[in-house]
Amino acid sequence: MHIMEGFLPVEWAVFWSILSVPVVVWGFFKIRKLFAESPEMKMSVALAGAFIFVLSSLKLPSVTGSSSHPTGTGASTILHGVAITSVLCTIVLVFQALLLAHGGITTLGANIFSMGIAGPFVGWLAYRGMMRAKLGLVPTVFATAFLANFSAYIVTALQLALAFPTAGSVMTSFITFFGIFAVTQIPLAVVEGVLFIMFFDYLARTRPDLLKGKLNLRPKDSNAPVKAVEA
Amino acid sequence: MRMSPKGWYVVGFSVIMAICMAAFIASPSAEFGGSDGQGEEEIANIDPGYEPWFESPWSPPGETESLLFALQAAIGAVIIGYFIGNERGKKAARKKMEEANDPR
Repeated sequence: MHIMEGFLPVEWAVFWSILSVPVVVWGFFKIRKLFAESPEMKMSVALAGAFIFVLSSLKLPSVTGSSSHPTGTGASTILHGVAITSVLCTIVLVFQALLLAHGGITTLGANIFSMGIAGPFVGWLAYRGMMRAKLGLVPTVFATAFLANFSAYIVTALQLALAFPTAGSVMTSFITFFGIFAVTQIPLAVVEGVLFIMFFDYLARTRPDLLKGKLNLRPKDSNAPVKAVEA
Repeated sequence: MRMSPKGWYVVGFSVIMAICMAAFIASPSAEFGGSDGQGEEEIANIDPGYEPWFESPWSPPGETESLLFALQAAIGAVIIGYFIGNERGKKAARKKMEEANDPR
């Protein structure tokens, strides 16, 4: 999903950065407010970021003979929403761009947009929709994690296609790039979905306070003696 | 019959393992290049004249890159491990207190 350093023409690099910056700034203020109002949420934010750190570093081989990595943004999307997720992704992407030469400074805006904003946003839409439909933890978490991952790659394919149309056709390029990313991502998105189901099931049993108002937990799921935390 | 959470975790991790192993079996010669690299090649196909206009100021050698990827994973794993361990400890402490308050 990372577009390599220098591989986006200047105008596109600027365009995606302009789209990303306001969301990241908004997320930054949201985190500050959250920490000021409820310092106990620090652990929850750190945890969501930790999953992005671990999962985005794991490269797995895929059926097309290349390899790819999960994004890990599903947990953060459910726990804290899109804006805060974009901040956490920015931290990871800067780490990778500066230390690993994976992604880049000039493509940072585009990479934040795909992994940290567009992916989580689609995941969040699914999460909200499934919450409204009163679906349970398992399908909701799976769909959110799967879509947060998969949409990031759809957007990356679109970003590359817009910058590099094949003989003037964005669509042809999109299909080419999408073909590369999509096939490698499906197994990874499934892995991510399964992992987050287990994690949220664990949270629901040990720290239901962190999931307050999320995932339609039945009261019986939150019988653990946990002190009431006002949001 | 309800399966215990532990039973479900075994199922979950088995599914993850199976998918990862299936990927290795389906393409044993797969390189860990990343589909990012493949996208890069595709750009060269579409627009052979395109020159990356900016280079990473510093690019680690292969071994160091693996090390730094492992470091990134380790940072995250430490935080998750800390959280799970902390909750486990709290649960044990709670149980102990309840036993102390309620001697039978």
